[in-house]
Amino acid sequence: MSTTTDHSRAVADGAHSHSAGHGVVPVGSRAERLTSFDLADIPVPTGREEEWRFSPVARLQPLFSEDLGAAGVRTTVVPAPEVKVEIVGRDDARLGTTGKPGDRTAVTAWNAFREATVVTVPAEAVASDVTSVRVEGIAKDATALHLLVHAERHSEAVVVIDHLGDATLDETVEIVVDDGAHLTLVTVQDWADGAVHASSHRARLGRDAKLKHVLVTFGGDVVRVTPDATFTGEGGEVEMVGLYFADADQHQEHRLFVDHAVPRCKSRVTYKGALQGAGAHTVWVGDVLIQAKAEGTDTYELNRNLVLTDGARADSVPNLEIETGEIAGAGHASATGRFDDEQLFYLMARGIPEVDARRLVVRGFFAELIEEIGVDSVEERLLASIEAELEKSMSVITGVATREVDA
Amino acid sequence: MSTLEIRDLHVSVETKEGAKPILRGVDLTINSGETHAIMGPNGSGKSTLASALAGHPKYEVTSGTVTLDGEDVLQMSVDERARAGLFLAMQYPVEVPGVSVANFLRTAKTAIAGEAPALRTWGREVKQAMEHLRIDPAFAERSVNEGFSGGEKKRHEILQMELFAPRFAILDETDSGLDVDALRIVSEGVNRAKANTDVGVLLITHYTRILRYIKPDFVHVFVDGAIAEEGGPELAERLEEEGYDRFLTAATA
Repeated sequence: MSTTTDHSRAVADGAHSHSAGHGVVPVGSRAERLTSFDLADIPVPTGREEEWRFSPVARLQPLFSEDLGAAGVRTTVVPAPEVKVEIVGRDDARLGTTGKPGDRTAVTAWNAFREATVVTVPAEAVASDVTSVRVEGIAKDATALHLLVHAERHSEAVVVIDHLGDATLDETVEIVVDDGAHLTLVTVQDWADGAVHASSHRARLGRDAKLKHVLVTFGGDVVRVTPDATFTGEGGEVEMVGLYFADADQHQEHRLFVDHAVPRCKSRVTYKGALQGAGAHTVWVGDVLIQAKAEGTDTYELNRNLVLTDGARADSVPNLEIETGEIAGAGHASATGRFDDEQLFYLMARGIPEVDARRLVVRGFFAELIEEIGVDSVEERLLASIEAELEKSMSVITGVATREVDA
Repeated sequence: MSTLEIRDLHVSVETKEGAKPILRGVDLTINSGETHAIMGPNGSGKSTLASALAGHPKYEVTSGTVTLDGEDVLQMSVDERARAGLFLAMQYPVEVPGVSVANFLRTAKTAIAGEAPALRTWGREVKQAMEHLRIDPAFAERSVNEGFSGGEKKRHEILQMELFAPRFAILDETDSGLDVDALRIVSEGVNRAKANTDVGVLLITHYTRILRYIKPDFVHVFVDGAIAEEGGPELAERLEEEGYDRFLTAATA
């Protein structure tokens, strides 16, 4: 067994927190966190709760309400030929099997939806194309949305959920990966500026099931996603990859929870973010629980943040709870650093203009992560989005919105 | 023919306690094809001269001039200096994660030349230059300087000197930390660049051993932020025998 802890804590003006702080008494164990389908059990947060202490609760207020409609977004699914899509009522037995809501927005989302979209990859089917779910904001009314992505046993598929436009959305994404199935689920938050989005991803993995969960957040006013993954059979494997880029006054929060409830499962979490502009705020919380019976667990989580300008703040909190000594490996690492001026000098001393040098460094920061995604169309889009984000910071540096050289 | 002219250069470095003067009036003229060795004890300001010429933001020029064929170098940004033909082989090359050597070399060459190099010939040129410097071709796909040994970093610096063909190259203690084989390989690279491009070289070193491989035309001894003595190659030989003690005594006397 090996347990490693690598708290490299390069800090940009103290904009880094680690584990508990802020005078909050955290729940003793992640396992003790209250979960429930019942609204009454999970009240509207004040912002002082452990799971809300970094969040702008005032801006999220509309999603705490019991009265969420369905009219704010339009959902369009373009399935791969082998994949089935249904609209079902909330009483469908397949819904609600991935665990109970764990916070206020998750419980309001669960109670508000009337119909859910169910995407099924039939047993043994290998999807020949990406299945695309497009969630487009069309009105600002607070809206609940429920999706279920179900990969039946020994199936293989890639599902991309795309969020765009402007919306006030409270979303649940249930992910079921049955025995031996391999699912790649990509969620892209590419919202317009004003969007407010909370999303609870709850994944359940069967025996020898594999889930690659890819999360990308660029747009929106407030985006708060809480992906949970629970293993229910041995040999399960989850890889969570996240990439985010926050601009001035944007709040992007990603709280992950991996529950090693059974023996011999593996989890890898890699999240990287860049921040630029005053008031840009990112939060990454990675909870991993290795339960007493989960012998042979292998887990590692990593979060890195690159602060490009003054006035941005990155919070990064890895939490690893280990209830058994019989594990294969467990570790985490978290680091937040400023843009490295020595890298900039080195590149500029080779004739590369500042704008291009910065672009190279930021691209480099994300490069490995993007390669891990393994879905070409998503990778290409990501690179383009990073370029677009960089254009914004470049215009701050140069005072003009145009590129300097390589025209 | 080009001329790099340094006149009465005063430079301070930023420290926590405020600006600290390091260079106290440096005069130096380098012409194309010439090799000038700058030698001196630790802390004499040799590397400060190199960094100040390249425009490192930590160093402030408080007075004096630097011109390249009459153009005011001190008015140029770091990248403009490089595009004007100055090259600094750094003492401590910086790691740039996620940026491959191949991408870096092409981007820099494009910036310096003002246009992208022809794809076919450039690939060949890079491959050949890497071979000459005994750099494993696999390095092209590795991140710039990341995980490179000390010797690999220095060879990568000289690789750039050969490929970018600067008018003037400042080699900041390129020899430090190299074993004899690596020193010879690096020196051969510098000599190739000299033979191929008529580059003017400012060779900054603490030791005389690199001067067995790269023959200087002029030797300048740096003490306490200024040139204390100048001469031909014979001055280096004398330093080899006597060390810097003579100058240190003079400086403190």
